[in-house]
Amino acid sequence: MTTKTDGVIQMPAETGKQVLNVDIIRNDFPILNRKIHGNRIVYLDSAATTQKPACVINALSFFYRTSNANIHRGAYTLSEESSSAYENLREKIARFIGGVDQRGIVFTRNTTESLNLVARSWSKANIKAGDEIILTEMEHHSNLVPWIMIAQETGAVLKHIPVTEDGYLDMDIFYKLLSERTKVVSVTMVSNVLGTINPVSEIIKAAHSYNAVTVLDGAQGVPHTKVDAKELDCDFLAFSAHKMLGPTGIGVLYGKPELLEKMEPVLTGGGMIQEVTLNSATWAEIPWKFEAGTPNYADVIAFSSAIDYLEKLSMDAIRIHEKELTAYTLERLETFPDLTVYGPRDIEHRAGVVAFYDKLIHPHDLSTILDSYGIAIRAGHHCAQPLMRRYNIPANVRASFYIYNDKADVDALIEGLKKAREYFQYETS
Amino acid sequence: MKQVKLDDLYRDTILDHYKNPRGRKELDRIDAEHKGYNPLCGDQVTIKAKFTNGYLEDVAVDSQGCAISVASGSMLAELLPGKSLKEIQQITEAFREMMHGKKLPDDMDIGDLDALEGVKKYHSRIKCALIPWITLNDLIKARQEKETLVSPSLPE
Ligand SMILES: Cc1ncc(COP(=O)(O)O)c(C=O)c1O
Repeated sequence: MTTKTDGVIQMPAETGKQVLNVDIIRNDFPILNRKIHGNRIVYLDSAATTQKPACVINALSFFYRTSNANIHRGAYTLSEESSSAYENLREKIARFIGGVDQRGIVFTRNTTESLNLVARSWSKANIKAGDEIILTEMEHHSNLVPWIMIAQETGAVLKHIPVTEDGYLDMDIFYKLLSERTKVVSVTMVSNVLGTINPVSEIIKAAHSYNAVTVLDGAQGVPHTKVDAKELDCDFLAFSAHKMLGPTGIGVLYGKPELLEKMEPVLTGGGMIQEVTLNSATWAEIPWKFEAGTPNYADVIAFSSAIDYLEKLSMDAIRIHEKELTAYTLERLETFPDLTVYGPRDIEHRAGVVAFYDKLIHPHDLSTILDSYGIAIRAGHHCAQPLMRRYNIPANVRASFYIYNDKADVDALIEGLKKAREYFQYETS
Repeated sequence: MKQVKLDDLYRDTILDHYKNPRGRKELDRIDAEHKGYNPLCGDQVTIKAKFTNGYLEDVAVDSQGCAISVASGSMLAELLPGKSLKEIQQITEAFREMMHGKKLPDDMDIGDLDALEGVKKYHSRIKCALIPWITLNDLIKARQEKETLVSPSLPE
């Protein structure tokens, strides 16, 4: 009937569908064996950071035990090994995001640094007073604040695509905002609060018709679905390893080589130069000119293991899995009175992020009570204060999923919500 | 599902203050007003105060926040009216120290505040308990600075 390969169940050929076998996958995540206050961990905060499979943890320690040496600097075995492992991941990432030119893959610390690099470096040479930068009302602070600084420094004007009540970008307004003055359109692929999957392909095409440069915040996109940067034709794409099973401290900026070539480095020093005299310096080729100093090569190598793991499961299977879980969560939450769920109801336009506001219990109290049952959810503004303001709430509660979550986790959340209301002596229905 | 004892965090006294906050009222005269924010969660508290001869005659506390911060603000509103600025400062300091694990002086009357002692074990929540107190402290400081400009000697 069905055949199993690690973590994936191959459904009968006629359906052609692969589904994740969460029981097998969970075994690969040592942290999930931990008990929190005597309960199994129900980890529902993967949008903040994901847990790591043993292969990633082992790759990091194996590297330090066997191959550690600084890259690009020594013609000896250890250094050759770490240099080639580092460069191999560049190639692997280029393949993973749709077969782009690997010269366009720059390693950074995280999505935030990647977005700052674009804002700082590209904008410096290309933005002037009166130019317009289009963002959205649902951006994470890391795709807002760098542009606020650029606008303050250059006199450029920020425009924001509003968010509709049900959590979509108002595309009619986007088309009205676009003009000859538009120089940059920078949007998130997926909202980290609403879960909205934005029509980025359409946005990119429209922006390009005005010769604007397009930047995608892929922090919540790349980890959860197949992303083809070549087909999307985005000019820049930023994402973080730690949100896709990889270690902290590694981010990626993909940029079209022809743009990167014209950009100045932001950080300078060792590793990014061609020739230095006492009074002058020339830059190395891309991507190295953006990677000043010793990079976090050990974590890059561990990230490679994370990519292998994801590819083994297949991004398509991951998306199907998260869709099912999200639909189930929305259905269960809808039975609660006095509880507002944010974001699109149409599961085709929604990723595995479900934020809600319980009118009876403050988000902080709810997360403390859920924690006492071992349930980890996030309460707060999720680094999206303008979006919170849009919905007139100071904070909300967010559950987000990944490959190791299943319906039992959702059931635990629902059960926890009921208990929390009982605890505060409110009627539950 | 097993549950750890949360009762040292959400004591009945706290839930009672949360559901019926004592400071949610209007004052017949407002001498100073101050807003406090908790940037971690977006919570807000607005404190209005009426002073008479260096004493806090009355105080209104309007909290938008979690049970801990609302209850803490309510206890503040119940405890402080009639106290001198110096006493208020001492209680605020003692409460802050309690949140960081220190024992209170035996002779200090802190009203219902001891019910909040359990909060000290929940590191991310200490700020919730302190926010009304920090806000009142800021209000008093702002007022004193203003008064120093007018009259150099301040009543204690
Ligand atoms: C949509 C979005 N953009 C950017 C970021 C920032 O990612 P990082 O903290 O890894 O830089 C996050 C994660 O918190 C996010 O969800």
